[in-house]
Amino acid sequence: MAYADPVFEALSDGTRRRVLERLADGPRSVGELARGLPVSRPAVSQHLRVLRAAGLVSQEAQGSRRIYRIDPAGLGPMRAWLDQFWDAALLAFKAEVDRMEEEGSS
Amino acid sequence: MTLAIKPAPVRKSVVVAAAPPRAFDVFTRQFDAWWPRTHSIGDSPLKRAVIEPKAGGRWFGLLEDGTEADWGDVLVWSPPDRVLLAWRIGPDWKYSPDLLTEVEVTFHPEGGGTRVDLEHRLLERMGEGAEGARASFDSEGGWSGLLKLYAEVADRGGA
Repeated sequence: MAYADPVFEALSDGTRRRVLERLADGPRSVGELARGLPVSRPAVSQHLRVLRAAGLVSQEAQGSRRIYRIDPAGLGPMRAWLDQFWDAALLAFKAEVDRMEEEGSS
Repeated sequence: MTLAIKPAPVRKSVVVAAAPPRAFDVFTRQFDAWWPRTHSIGDSPLKRAVIEPKAGGRWFGLLEDGTEADWGDVLVWSPPDRVLLAWRIGPDWKYSPDLLTEVEVTFHPEGGGTRVDLEHRLLERMGEGAEGARASFDSEGGWSGLLKLYAEVADRGGA
């Protein structure tokens, strides 16, 4: 099965998942995110770019700093998960119907 | 209070070779034959996935330990072209009888087969009671749970 979805791509990386877990606790700057993660600040910035491109994280300027956050209700990721979930479920459904159809006609 | 962004419904389509009555039957009565085993809630592995074939019927998982995990119920039962399911699993991955999100599945003849359209809607209701939802997303069963599921799919996809 191919998962080309940008959300899936973004979440397939362990460091990015840890960045999201930290953001789930509340908005953070790059510096705050980098602290406590075993990667450099530029690396965290790069991960944040991927997460933003996937629509999982937004940023806003606060003075000279940029603050990153996930959406308040956390529904973006839930929706993204359901999107993947129903894709996988319907593929399995199709496989079963088509298998039965083939058996029935042979 | 923060204004929440209303999430769009999740819409999916798949075309199968069977005619609508067969497609409807497999989707509902033979639900267990195709429902992915990874798609379950509860502490025990999924043994059997069930959609009771009637309006008001239950939609649940029978687990290996003998317990049942409710997922929702059948709101509309209209073979061979429509079934409307209530999905009552919240962002905390727990069954909540008061939560109503809808999964509508419709079956349309196409070629010799069937186009199956699925819409999972009213997802914004998962965010209602704002603070509660946020708290659950911050918990082990919420965000971390979601991320773990993604990781599982990633591991399978990469294999």
